Amino acid sequence: MSETARPYRPPYVTQSAVGTSPPNPPVTDDTVTFTLDGKERTAPKGTLIITAADQAGVYIPRFCYHPRMKPVGMCRMCLVEVTGPRGATLMPACYNPVTDGMEISTDSKTTKKAQDGVLEFLLVNHPLDCPVCDKGGECPLQDQTLAYGPGESRFVEEKRHWDKPIPLSSLVNLDRERCIQCGRCVRFAEEVSGDALIDFADRGDSTEVATFPNEPYADHFSGNVVQICPVGALTAQPYRFRARPWDLEQVESTCTSCAVGCRTAVQSSSDELVRYIGIDADPVNWGWLCDKGRFDFQAVNSPERLRVPLVRKGDELVETSWPEALALAAEGLGAAARIGHGDQVAVIGGARLPNEDAYAWGKLARLALHTDNIDAQLGDGLPAETVLGLPRATIDQAAAAPVVITLTGDIKEELPVLYLRLRDAAQKGRSIIELSPSTTGLTRYTKVSLRYRPGQAPALAHSLVAGDVPEVKALLDEAVEKSAVGPAIVVVLGRPSLAESADSVAEAARVLARLEGVAFLSGLRRSNVHGALDMGLAPGVLPGRVGLDEGREWYSQHWAAELPAARGLDTAGILEAATHGRIGGLVLLGADPLNDFPDSGAALRGLAQSRFVVAVDTFLTDSARKADVILPAATYAERRGTFTNVEGRVSWLGQMVTGPGVAWPDWMIAAELAAHLGTDLGFSSLEDIWAEIERVSPLHAGVTYDLLSSREGRDGVPVPLGSGGDLRTARLLDPMADPGIQSTESHLVSPTEFFGAGAGRLPADPSAAAPEMPAAAGRPPMLRPPLAGGASSSASASEDAGDLLLVSGRSLWDAGTAVAHSPSLSGLHPKPAARLHPDDLGRLDLAAGSIVRVSTARGSLDLPVAAEPGLAPGTVAVTFNLPGASAAGLIDSRGPVTKVAVSATAERGVPHER
Amino acid sequence: MARLTPANEERARQLIALYPHHRSALIPILHILQGQDGYLSEDGMKHVGELLGLSAAEVRGTATFYDMFHVEPVGKYVVAVCTNIACMLQGAYELLEAAQDQLGIAPGGTTADGMFTLEDAECLALCGNAPCATVNWRFFGDLDPQRFAQLTEDLRAGRLDAEVPPHGTLSRVDRNVGLGAPGQSVHGAGGPPPPVDVAAAAGGPHDAGIELATSLTMTAVIAHEGGRGLDHTGTRTDAPGGTDSQDQR
Amino acid sequence: MSVTDAPRIVTRRLGTPRSWTLETYLADGGYQGLRKALTMTPEEIHEQVNTANILGRGGAGFEAGRKWGMLAKPTPVYLTINGDESEPATFKDHMLIEGDPHQLIEGALICAYAIGADQVFLFVRGEFPLGIERLQAALNEAYAYGAVGKDIFASGWSIDVVVHPGAGAYICGEETALLESLEGKRGYPRIKPPFFPAVVGLYGAPTIVNNVETVSNLPWVMLNGGDAFAALGEGRSKGTKLLALAGHVNRPGNYELEFAKVSFRDLIFDPSLGAGIRDGGELKAFIPGGASSPWLGPEHLDVLLANEKIAEVGTMAGSGSVVPMDHTTCMVRAAWRIVRFFHRESCGQCTPCREGGGWLEKILQRIENGQGRESDLDLLMDVCDNISPGVRWPPAQTTICVLGPSMPPPVASGIRMFRDEYLAHIRDGRCPFPPDRLPGKLASV
Ligand SMILES: Cc1cc2nc3c(=O)[nH]c(=O)nc-3n(C[C@H](O)[C@H](O)[C@H](O)COP(=O)(O)O)c2cc1C
Ligand code: SF4
Ligand code: FES
Repeated sequence: MSETARPYRPPYVTQSAVGTSPPNPPVTDDTVTFTLDGKERTAPKGTLIITAADQAGVYIPRFCYHPRMKPVGMCRMCLVEVTGPRGATLMPACYNPVTDGMEISTDSKTTKKAQDGVLEFLLVNHPLDCPVCDKGGECPLQDQTLAYGPGESRFVEEKRHWDKPIPLSSLVNLDRERCIQCGRCVRFAEEVSGDALIDFADRGDSTEVATFPNEPYADHFSGNVVQICPVGALTAQPYRFRARPWDLEQVESTCTSCAVGCRTAVQSSSDELVRYIGIDADPVNWGWLCDKGRFDFQAVNSPERLRVPLVRKGDELVETSWPEALALAAEGLGAAARIGHGDQVAVIGGARLPNEDAYAWGKLARLALHTDNIDAQLGDGLPAETVLGLPRATIDQAAAAPVVITLTGDIKEELPVLYLRLRDAAQKGRSIIELSPSTTGLTRYTKVSLRYRPGQAPALAHSLVAGDVPEVKALLDEAVEKSAVGPAIVVVLGRPSLAESADSVAEAARVLARLEGVAFLSGLRRSNVHGALDMGLAPGVLPGRVGLDEGREWYSQHWAAELPAARGLDTAGILEAATHGRIGGLVLLGADPLNDFPDSGAALRGLAQSRFVVAVDTFLTDSARKADVILPAATYAERRGTFTNVEGRVSWLGQMVTGPGVAWPDWMIAAELAAHLGTDLGFSSLEDIWAEIERVSPLHAGVTYDLLSSREGRDGVPVPLGSGGDLRTARLLDPMADPGIQSTESHLVSPTEFFGAGAGRLPADPSAAAPEMPAAAGRPPMLRPPLAGGASSSASASEDAGDLLLVSGRSLWDAGTAVAHSPSLSGLHPKPAARLHPDDLGRLDLAAGSIVRVSTARGSLDLPVAAEPGLAPGTVAVTFNLPGASAAGLIDSRGPVTKVAVSATAERGVPHER
Repeated sequence: MARLTPANEERARQLIALYPHHRSALIPILHILQGQDGYLSEDGMKHVGELLGLSAAEVRGTATFYDMFHVEPVGKYVVAVCTNIACMLQGAYELLEAAQDQLGIAPGGTTADGMFTLEDAECLALCGNAPCATVNWRFFGDLDPQRFAQLTEDLRAGRLDAEVPPHGTLSRVDRNVGLGAPGQSVHGAGGPPPPVDVAAAAGGPHDAGIELATSLTMTAVIAHEGGRGLDHTGTRTDAPGGTDSQDQR
Repeated sequence: MSVTDAPRIVTRRLGTPRSWTLETYLADGGYQGLRKALTMTPEEIHEQVNTANILGRGGAGFEAGRKWGMLAKPTPVYLTINGDESEPATFKDHMLIEGDPHQLIEGALICAYAIGADQVFLFVRGEFPLGIERLQAALNEAYAYGAVGKDIFASGWSIDVVVHPGAGAYICGEETALLESLEGKRGYPRIKPPFFPAVVGLYGAPTIVNNVETVSNLPWVMLNGGDAFAALGEGRSKGTKLLALAGHVNRPGNYELEFAKVSFRDLIFDPSLGAGIRDGGELKAFIPGGASSPWLGPEHLDVLLANEKIAEVGTMAGSGSVVPMDHTTCMVRAAWRIVRFFHRESCGQCTPCREGGGWLEKILQRIENGQGRESDLDLLMDVCDNISPGVRWPPAQTTICVLGPSMPPPVASGIRMFRDEYLAHIRDGRCPFPPDRLPGKLASV
């Protein structure tokens, strides 16, 4: 049989788990003319009746229809009477497109009777337990019953009974009695996230949403089904009984859990965060959030947050006041700065900070500490020039490009909602070519997935560019022909493995940059790392993607001060210098190198040998514990500001709650610390800072708070202006798509309120919605793409094919503070394991499940061993930063790759439990 | 709780090869799984999911849509009494009540000895012999309480082993028939089914399966001598004489 | 009595010893129709089938030739034979599959050749394991004989046929649910548009779905010509029709009769056919065309068995199952049982059918058990109206498929024809027929 086995063909894909989709309307400029409730209207051909009605301001009730999923026409709530060539019939408005001459009646007797009937049927088996239901008060079923429903029930029989809420996972509960079988959740799982861990089971009125026994609905996106459930059937454990809708306050914000920058509605009750809901920002997240972004606000509420400044007294950290803490910090840092003309001070971190704060700290470093030793990345990113200098693509451009090449970590784990966008693109026929040492969540959706051994990325890139891989060559050639607008090829570039040097990846990127029609989308994951880089938190880089030398004149003039003479050190360099006693003052800016730097040995030595350490953080991390002064910072939910995502989109953060104790926003700490150091940074408000950024940064010219808070800019503005296509001009928010969002129209904090008087005027001229980049007269040039092949190949030649090499990727659920301090997430991380290709397991005579010792030049770790066929042979995969078992103790950051040995231990078959 | 045996996995792969898209083989493979264990075990469903690239939840979700599949163990004999209109008009509910009393279980229940699971079934398409029932989907028509008692007694005694297979599945159906030449498809769509030994397929194992002797009665309506229509003749146990289509060789 | 002398077309071999074997089939001219078809062009075959005007035998009565003509042309094209027969009181395809599987295979092959199909799927109800065994064995024989597979009868034409078992869900008889099921999914009917599988069918490809009986006619049509077929019957209804007679008659069974020449009275009372109501009883009403069809009473006995004639009296020929009910029948109970069937078989996809079915069943159950109220009759009709607006035939629908709208006819027929009987239940607080409430343990449900 095996020789006749045909390649796997996935199920016929144009259909969702339930129902089918209507024929895709051809994209044309044709319009059709129809009447809606007697008024003649036109709409583009293919527009669904429900959409056409929405646009006309006529609301047709609905349940199963969700604008981001294929219509299925199941619930029948949207039935309307339509008179067309087939006479008058009832049609689901969510499924049928408007056609020429169609007469649609949303309020005829027939329509009303049908809709009332459906609503009555829905209530037949509904428990009507609204008073105890989390959805009560924001429930579309409740609303539509009040608006359209019959007064009293004619159903006198006993209702269908199910056990009250059962857990689908530790995050999501299901109350089957309330379920109206609209299929939104099972459709989401299959159609949007691709993890069909829930499905309908049974049939007819016994149909229930169900997981497989003992296989919980634990993917990365489960919270979305709670968000889109139109009734109280699916509820989130973290929100259960926490608040009632009428107690909620809401602000629009941007998720900072990773660098995708999903737009969110942040909701609080009694000054405590209770819920995040995804907002449908068309260019970014389409309403989706990952579970980390949705639920890690619990960390903000954590009682373990830093509340007051701490200073070291001997071995102890004692509470103190801001003035004392700042004075001590200034004294220590100032002394170190004076000694070495800035060479002996350094700042690590800043990727967690909003843009304004990053700018303030960058200015502090260069002006008050006279140093260019500043790096927002912790050795787990890429050289700033590579990220900033290569031609860039937006998320939309990546999703629309005929070919996407990924040379980055597992996007599903690191940038989950970008994964959803790329998966969607793949489902729509775009080709993904994956270059990776191991399988990723995206692998099943790729056209070609190429495994390479760590260190071989440049060589692989060369062979692709040379056309040596026929399957890839065909796709690339075709891509260039196919692409009409936007880049033909988008490379998503990040760190495929932390045990492979950034230089190796950067070199591969330079090679790929030679492809025709190529642009790059950053795959770096950490929060506002792109904002930090854009604000100059990298050695040799000034705000606005300007090189230190190119910008020296401009910035010294505008900042009225000398800039550091030479390019500073990156994190690896700083830690190395510290190890040799050359760092007298170190600032950890929301950075925990002991856990986040890929080589924990190097981090430990560096921190130990730094003479004076100041930590600015929200939690007492392992690294902060080693500091001399610890300054408590406010989190993103406790202050205003802006954020920049992977594509360079600047969007605003809303303040929803007040911080604990006396925690301050980071920019304020910077301003005060600078003052203690005798430097006036020149601003006393966020508005001041942003105004300065807008004035001096070539990247941010024209991007004013006014624009960001206007209707057009509220989904964010990609910088530089004009680089990311049109700005949005309308957001049609369907209350049914995202029940629970308190109409963002009315809840949009008015710009005036938010940013002070004078802000928030909408541009009178619609063309001003997408302003061209204003003539940035005199501003310094932005970074150019580095020359391809400029650097020598960094892959070491000393390693030979027989060596085992370490591969280390990330999991969404890691040991980071956000997850660790969110009770509902902290148990979700995968079990640590050493994973090997089955052939290697056989060769080494290791039994899956047994405990092995994984050793490198840096250290060793005892782990259960598992077979992973998707791994490049000759590699050993150990996930980075899992609680208690991080690969950080194994990775040798000095070399391009980390050689590793695996040996059996005495323990056999004992599962590694923690 | 078992995965498919190697032999059944091989059959599953053969089934997959019959279809243009793998998932189409899901239901046939589930029949094989049920034939193996008597019901769809969790491990078995996971195994099927692995073969087809489906999540276990999808396999179970699909299986439970269909009445024939059981995700919990059932009795050795699943006795389905039709109570639909034609049978009801001929006393099906009285028959069902008798069945309940005789077996001591309600529809959906299984006898303590694990012999019988009783089902209150929809139309079994044996309406000419109403009221009727199936045992593991083998037909028994013209039933009444006495005949039902006789039937269950015969089953218990093993007298019907030859015609009532365990689990009532399609385990006796060899479905790997297809074009002779492996690896090439005559028409683009489905691709070729795997090769078969045609001679064996035609003459071999099926014959045993398709020749069912029966003591009670079977699906049966045969041509009527008059030439204008069909007669419903016999098919009763008391009316032998070549009228039972299944008895004829 | 106008029982005709028409030839038997699809049931000729039934009753012959081992009618399901190739040997028997070949002895009776088996596969000659296919051999002849292969000498013709697909267009010529299509022409013959158009001439024959074969109405679909699966229930909807759509002309087979017309359906084939709607086939969209991109390849691949699939042929799926609907052998999921589960309509209550319908048992004709069951017999054809078990009794003459070669005829079915030959008919399917002729159809496949005529429409240019790339693969054939014979979808057989899972509860017919004997039928599946016989059909598969016949298929194996046919492969060996050279009638299926590569280069059929040295004609250069090749095709594969796959027997596919269902797994127990009435809704999979609905052609789009059948296709979903064949794709390995839950059997949810597809929403329209697209209206026809001939345009978008299996795996999104153009697909013809024909009933077992429909294609079983094709070998005969090939051999005898479309004209000969069309010479039988009248109007739209040509050829013969296999009728499944069940319920309170003396001789229930399947009868193949010439279309439009025989009345319900003939079928039910002719001594060679139904031979009258059992125990000398009186005919109270009859279901003329499957469980979903509106009922008729004795006054309609002379309606001829022809699709259009039956449609004229506001009901349908449907799948050809006729169920006479005698004077001992409780009409509430009959309606309840049919509604219960559709409720249990609802796929659950759309709200009115999923919830409405259970509701109707519960109301009827209450009335039958003597706990009804007079307002229940209006309620029943209004619930029906919300599933099938206007409660007319052919039905309008608030649902995706016509399973939902199959519930109102028995309810509406019962209330229309036997209103007094309903009221008696309510007034007397019990059913006037023995047993005086729902049979057995169900009464207490
Ligand atoms: C609820 C429902 C059940 C059906 N069941 C069957 C069936 O069991 N067998 C069948 O051949 N057609 C059935 N049909 C009709 C099919 O949808 C389809 O019309 C038919 O198979 C087409 O074949 P024909 O044109 O040869 O009649 C059913 C339709 C509905 C709506
Ligand atoms: S009418 Fe009933 S069977 Fe048909 S699609 Fe709707 S729920 Fe399913
Ligand atoms: S059928 Fe249109 S919204 Fe559900």
